[in-house]
Amino acid sequence: MAPVLEVSGLSTVFHTRAGLVRAVQDVSFSVEAGETLAIVGESGCGKTMTALSLMRLIPSPPGEIVAGSVKVAGTDLLQLDEPAMRKMRGSQIAMIFQEPMTALNPLLTVGRQIAEMVSLHENVSRRAADARAVEMLRHVRIPAPERRAMEYPHQMSGGMRQRAMIAMALVCRPKVLIADEPTTALDVTIQAQVLDLIGDLRRELGTAVVLITHDLGVVAETADRMIVMYAGRKVEEGTTKELFAHPNHPYLQGLLASVPKFGAGEGTRLREIPGMVPALNNLPQGCAFAPRCSAAVAKCQEAIPPLETKRPGHAAACWMS
Amino acid sequence: MLLDVTDLRKTFPARTGLFGNVIDHVHAVDGVSFSIAEGRTLGLVGESGCGKSTVGRAILRLIEPSSGAVRFEGNDIVGLPADRMRELRRRMQIVFQDPYSSLNPRKRAGDIVAEPLLVHGIANAAERREMTQAIFAKVGLQPRQMGLFPHQFSGGQRQRISIARALALGPRFIVADEPVSALDVSVQAQVINLLMDLQARDGLSYLFISHNLAVVEHVSHDVAVMYLGRIVEHTTKSTIFARPLHPYTRALMAAVPVADPSVRRDKAHVMGDVPSPIDRPKGCHFHPRCPLAEPRCRTEEPKLREVQPGHRVACHLAV
Repeated sequence: MAPVLEVSGLSTVFHTRAGLVRAVQDVSFSVEAGETLAIVGESGCGKTMTALSLMRLIPSPPGEIVAGSVKVAGTDLLQLDEPAMRKMRGSQIAMIFQEPMTALNPLLTVGRQIAEMVSLHENVSRRAADARAVEMLRHVRIPAPERRAMEYPHQMSGGMRQRAMIAMALVCRPKVLIADEPTTALDVTIQAQVLDLIGDLRRELGTAVVLITHDLGVVAETADRMIVMYAGRKVEEGTTKELFAHPNHPYLQGLLASVPKFGAGEGTRLREIPGMVPALNNLPQGCAFAPRCSAAVAKCQEAIPPLETKRPGHAAACWMS
Repeated sequence: MLLDVTDLRKTFPARTGLFGNVIDHVHAVDGVSFSIAEGRTLGLVGESGCGKSTVGRAILRLIEPSSGAVRFEGNDIVGLPADRMRELRRRMQIVFQDPYSSLNPRKRAGDIVAEPLLVHGIANAAERREMTQAIFAKVGLQPRQMGLFPHQFSGGQRQRISIARALALGPRFIVADEPVSALDVSVQAQVINLLMDLQARDGLSYLFISHNLAVVEHVSHDVAVMYLGRIVEHTTKSTIFARPLHPYTRALMAAVPVADPSVRRDKAHVMGDVPSPIDRPKGCHFHPRCPLAEPRCRTEEPKLREVQPGHRVACHLAV
């Protein structure tokens, strides 16, 4: 199957007073219809900037996408003018965020906001758009959707608002859904409900999902494939099963060993990754992880390792592995 | 027991009428009892709004309990006058979740850590400096970093400063309120290991408050689960993770995403949201979400009872 989303060589920078910040460097990946790809990394690794670049929502200036292409069903989003891009957002590619209140308008009822999305992309009457909104709220399993459609965002609980935002993102059946930490602000029982919902909708609608998260548990449970980002670059890529079973890059090995395993019983001492994530305006010359890496040798400090296939369906960027 | 909490309650006025009279109360903490022994960690888990942070603050009297007893080293600290309380605070301390908002940005790290010593009038300036250096080394910070400001540290280092401040007066007991929740995954391990090392070395006791069950399982000896202001299950760590009895505890555990793609968990997730603590369901607070609820769960409040030796559960159906 041809991928619905094809990202190649994406590079995004920010021009700041502190110098050029390379937020995303030469990132490529593709996602098929109905597939979930997770982008994993810690704060500052460039995962959210990658997502915002796909949506062309990078504030410019100071941000600038300097290279690459983002093709959705063959159309390169980076070549479109703003009016054409606006037509793509919501109808072809949509995004949901960690905090629904940043995406929902507090002054409009939830139903109206979803209906507006329909009116924007499709030539339908207001009444038909409203009906679609109610239908979509039912689809995301909001009880009593007719009544809930008339409520304002602040009248809903956090989990309910997250569902409403998902409804708004998917009402026009976009081919690609980008979910940026969609459950990080939610309680664990509500998180499980929302993750189930995203998974079910993906299967029903054939949406390609890009899931951005720092939570390895969420990745293990929801993603078919994953990429690991560190300091703006992709450092490892493969199927989720393969990467959890055979992590290749010392960063992913360290991440997996540093998280307490739920159900592990008597805890052994956690492995620490020393130091901290580097500043993106002051990256080391070679591998960005080298200063924290116990396996690093002189070569790691000198040149950036290329992404190479290490095992079937598994690539990593490390000189030592 | 180092700490004995008996029937702790805290209500907040939720709504006031036309003349300032209180109409509704939030029962943030509703009759919570537990104890923590020397060198032990009690993990207190639950979802947002369950009252776990209020328990932590009420124990230290950072907020005044509405009723109940908190016995620390044998003395009931509820109603203790301010000077006696100040004396006790040398031995009971707290570490907050967010090291970005709990450190004064205008103060140098060394002064932040030395401040408790200053407030309690301990030692002269030179001795304080020496003590601060020792505490810095103890939490894995460089003494030369004492002159830096909080923004010059990373999140993990800032949490080390918070821990250093809590350690300054040589406490026996620390409330750790979501101490790693705001940290990046790769630095959480540093802080968890530090807290466990300090316990192993100095015999500290912790009340470890967290929504993260994997972290609680890793650090705790005993675990108490809270729901809408009450403890619904309380036993040893090994028992609660191997044999949870309350349906809410089971639901919580089923919802935790497991970082192992080869594990397939059953998809029976608890439905619905946590009800408002102002308008709690009658009977068992969990009954509207409970897959096992019976008629009496809607009317009769289950008491926390010892179902097995050392295993307390508030559920009519637990045996």
